Amino acid sequence: MTNSLIDMVTDRFPAAVSTSHAYRGDETVVLRPEFLLEIARFLKEDPALQMNLLVDLTAVDYSTFGKSPAPAFFASSGVAVRPSPLIPDEDPWPGPPAKARFAVVYHFYSTDHKHRLRLVVPVEESKAELDSVTPLWSGADWLEREVWDMYGIRFSGHPNLKRILMYEEFEGYPLRKDYPVDKRQPLIGPVN
Amino acid sequence: MANNPSFLTTRLDEAIGWAQKYSIFQYPFVTACCGMEYMATACSHYDVDRFGAGLPRFSPRQADVMFVVGTISHKMAPVMNRIYEQMADPKWVVAFGVCTCTGGFYDNYATVMGIDTIIPVDVYIPGCPPRPEMVLDGLMKLQDKIQDHRASGRRAEPESRPEVFEV
Repeated sequence: MTNSLIDMVTDRFPAAVSTSHAYRGDETVVLRPEFLLEIARFLKEDPALQMNLLVDLTAVDYSTFGKSPAPAFFASSGVAVRPSPLIPDEDPWPGPPAKARFAVVYHFYSTDHKHRLRLVVPVEESKAELDSVTPLWSGADWLEREVWDMYGIRFSGHPNLKRILMYEEFEGYPLRKDYPVDKRQPLIGPVN
Repeated sequence: MANNPSFLTTRLDEAIGWAQKYSIFQYPFVTACCGMEYMATACSHYDVDRFGAGLPRFSPRQADVMFVVGTISHKMAPVMNRIYEQMADPKWVVAFGVCTCTGGFYDNYATVMGIDTIIPVDVYIPGCPPRPEMVLDGLMKLQDKIQDHRASGRRAEPESRPEVFEV
């Protein structure tokens, strides 16, 4: 695809983009973390991009990725769990970011140009901190708090970074893969 | 007096019990999808008003039955406990749906494994969500319990649960 969003970002910041891929027009750019705020501002303010809507902001814990076969929930129902091999995928998913345990994922949309772009930013466990995009999209406020709450990734520059879903006394980050699935920390009542 | 009740007072207690069981003022503590089934029960098709429970109170001070409808998370548990404590005696609790009975299919960091780990429960209505017929059955069981409570002067102790579950 000529003049794709990937190309626009890559041409402007060649050092920032570590890899990219597209699946049927759904474009993804994988960034180096230190360039996040710069590229986010470019995405929002460049007249050709104008990503004025932050659709979603979430994180992925890749620490157990590929270590056990994925459960095929829909296999028995006849729904394909993978894209059909009959439709070629010219630019396949390159896999999870090497070395980094987490990836923070941003989904942007432009209501003027009607285009979308996904940013993936690998985050290492030893330095689980990113720049906050709340100054650019105020909707990122609660989403970043949720990522902090569930994954323990800090966002520097966030105005009010505290737990949003769990209570203050909660210890640990429940959506990390090493959090025991049946561990309980009740506020009142017995541990059950 | 209590050990040797006269004919008059037992008749009176029975009458009061009869009046009490047909004037249930419920506090719907609705947190999740069971609330839809609760509404279906309350509306005209099943008409909970036939049992005298048709007027929910949205203040715990005015209610005598708390319907805990839907999943209770650990974050919500202190709120539910406070609502229960704000209700005036005599008070009853109905666990509506499997999530309030046992935690249901949730087995995770967030969900309370049954509200009876926190407050005493009088009637359990399992189901995901329970059918309105089941809710009405539970309501009638609660009415029997209210009548017995008034007639005997003793309230059946809620069944205790073990502190820790062996899985």
